[in-house]
Amino acid sequence: MKQFLSTRWGIIAVGVFIGIFASLLQLWGNPANMGICVACFERDIAGALGLHRAAVVQYMRPEIIGFVLGSFAAAYLFKEFRPRLGSAPIVRFVLGVFAMIGALIFLGCPWRALLRLAGGDWNAILGLLGLAVGIWIGTLFLRNGYNLGRTHKTHTSAGWIMPLIMLGFLVIMLFSPQISGENQSKLLFYSVEGPGSLHAPLIVSLVVGLGIGFLAQKSRFCTMGAIRDLILFKQTHLFGGLVALAVAAFLTNLVVGQFNPGFVGQPVAHNMHFWNFAGVGLAGLAYTLAGGCPGRQLFLSGEGDGDASVFVIGMIVGAAVAHNFGLASSPAGVTTGGIYAVIIGLVVCLLIGFTMKDKTA
Amino acid sequence: MATIVDARGLSCPQPVIVTINEIKKAGQGEITVLVDTDTAKENVTRATNAQGWSVLEVEPDEGGYKIKIGK
Repeated sequence: MKQFLSTRWGIIAVGVFIGIFASLLQLWGNPANMGICVACFERDIAGALGLHRAAVVQYMRPEIIGFVLGSFAAAYLFKEFRPRLGSAPIVRFVLGVFAMIGALIFLGCPWRALLRLAGGDWNAILGLLGLAVGIWIGTLFLRNGYNLGRTHKTHTSAGWIMPLIMLGFLVIMLFSPQISGENQSKLLFYSVEGPGSLHAPLIVSLVVGLGIGFLAQKSRFCTMGAIRDLILFKQTHLFGGLVALAVAAFLTNLVVGQFNPGFVGQPVAHNMHFWNFAGVGLAGLAYTLAGGCPGRQLFLSGEGDGDASVFVIGMIVGAAVAHNFGLASSPAGVTTGGIYAVIIGLVVCLLIGFTMKDKTA
Repeated sequence: MATIVDARGLSCPQPVIVTINEIKKAGQGEITVLVDTDTAKENVTRATNAQGWSVLEVEPDEGGYKIKIGK
């Protein structure tokens, strides 16, 4: 299996696995077209911790915990755990913040863009176009020597920090479960309405998350990398996984009756086309400059990459910023603050891209 | 003496970029690429083959790999 997962058919199989289970998670309770959304779920985690108080998006999503812990297990099993850090962490933090802000303008990470498309939400087309353009801008920087510098080896226990944080989240969740009808338990916030209140049973979410984390670590599944490698190297290896995810989710949706085509009235979505495009464009640029889509950053965190962990923390903080300052979109559309945030984010990402070159690398 | 490309500690897709740059510069011959993750090893291998070069030898090296490629 070790070898198979890194082949072309291996990554396609992983994409199929993610697509089918993402669609099924919706059937089992997760929000519509949001079986798995790394950005949305990290936003829900920020809410569960009380970092923001948007009452409709607060839940300690076990899928995210599973992604990191599943990857951690795979990394140890395949002897690929490499504790490392030190490649411009503050820059990666800022990229994480703006990646999340961009994602919350559109309302989804690349995974959810694919799941929205697979569920018939045509607004996702604008998001995916934005993703491609954002990544394309990122590749221009890569071609011109953009580089955040080298990581260095660190203590094994330093590589455990993110997996341990996730384990801690799980323990807190087990000891502080939701009190029926209450927004707050001992330690965590829980939505009683809205997307945050919709979730599959904890154990189901956790097991699916662990499975995906395990498979994705070894196969290097990455939606940003899929498009980046296609543009930069004309290489289709990772792209196979991306297509497989969308097709598998679409077919599963058809079978279970979750395919509802249209632009209007789509779940947890708005149809301001330009801002769907621009929001994901910003996020796509940030993912490219940081070297991985939000899912991939979680899998890297599991295999000991401290810089990827900083990006993840950046995304969680970015979600808090987005909701505390009213930057995140809602089904009603974007906010004025959100528009300013996209522009500021683009300026910041362009500055990072133009100024951080390392000719000697 | 074969050229050595040190791609250790570089995040994705830098190891591939530096390898391809070196391949284009050399045209033919032998290059040794140093990487420190399995992901980078796989990516460099894939890129090498796509460039019409071949991987001659992979050996473990200080927790990473020393990849000898050539054409």
